[in-house]
Amino acid sequence: MPHDHDHSEEHDRPHHSPPRPDLDDTITHWRAMEIAVRELLIGKNLLSADEIRRQVEDMDSCTPAQGAKVVARAWVDPEYKRLLLSDGNAACEAIGLERGPYKLVVVENTDTVHNVIVCTLCSCYPRWLLGLPPDWYKSRAYRSRVISEPRSVLQEFGVAIPENLVVRVHDSNADMRYLVLPRRPDGTEGWSQEKLAALVTRDAMIGVAFASRPGAH
Amino acid sequence: MARVEADTPRFRPGDSVAVRIAYPIGHVRTPFYIRGKRGVIERLCGVYSNPEELAYARSGLPKQPLYRVRFMQREVWPGYAGESRDTVDVEIYQHWLEAAN
Repeated sequence: MPHDHDHSEEHDRPHHSPPRPDLDDTITHWRAMEIAVRELLIGKNLLSADEIRRQVEDMDSCTPAQGAKVVARAWVDPEYKRLLLSDGNAACEAIGLERGPYKLVVVENTDTVHNVIVCTLCSCYPRWLLGLPPDWYKSRAYRSRVISEPRSVLQEFGVAIPENLVVRVHDSNADMRYLVLPRRPDGTEGWSQEKLAALVTRDAMIGVAFASRPGAH
Repeated sequence: MARVEADTPRFRPGDSVAVRIAYPIGHVRTPFYIRGKRGVIERLCGVYSNPEELAYARSGLPKQPLYRVRFMQREVWPGYAGESRDTVDVEIYQHWLEAAN
């Protein structure tokens, strides 16, 4: 383009950065489907916009703190740990948490076994204990690789599993939801449940990390 | 004709089973990688509506016993590089399982 027009007017105006593209402007098939179904439900007075908003807010308010509370209690209370491993939903209820909409299977890490969770078919996850799953949990790379080469994937997460430990991958492919009960770190004798819970991270309860060591943060 | 509410569990923990090799069209919860593999029943999880029916707004009856089946990684993945005792547990509905010796 010939560069002969006058720029003086532009130079007098305040400068604005070019707008970033809006990532929400792509109406994919499923986004259109979601909007259509939502508008129908509201239009037919089956749900209100506020009820839908509240449900989304409820989902977003779930965090791994719920799961950490369960784990910390199991670390200090052997009776509770037995309940957690035999009936995870009852154990949630026993400490005032939601029972959960799915059956909960809790798998325990020991000095001989390391457990790690994946849903190879989609992204099944114990949301009432951990909140929404991280993006990597839903990625094809994680789903396809952790099932067939868990030790390499764990290594990439910074977790080296000793050769004498058995690695058990759990495919959350149907009606169960899984939570890993990590090992209690050394040097935490006599700690309160609240203090212990701070060591229990989301990734430790998926099984791609160990619980944090005291003083590691 | 009376509809069967739920199929009776045929397997117990410790039983050897094989996953059927079949490729039905539609919504199936049996992952491809586990079809045809042999494993051992780890536990009976309960009895659940058949997801292959539920996905099409049908009743899901008869409900299917759902098991967690434990497979040795080396049998599932030829050339598995990890330890020989590593395992993968998969949830399999009874109608996908056959007894194995």
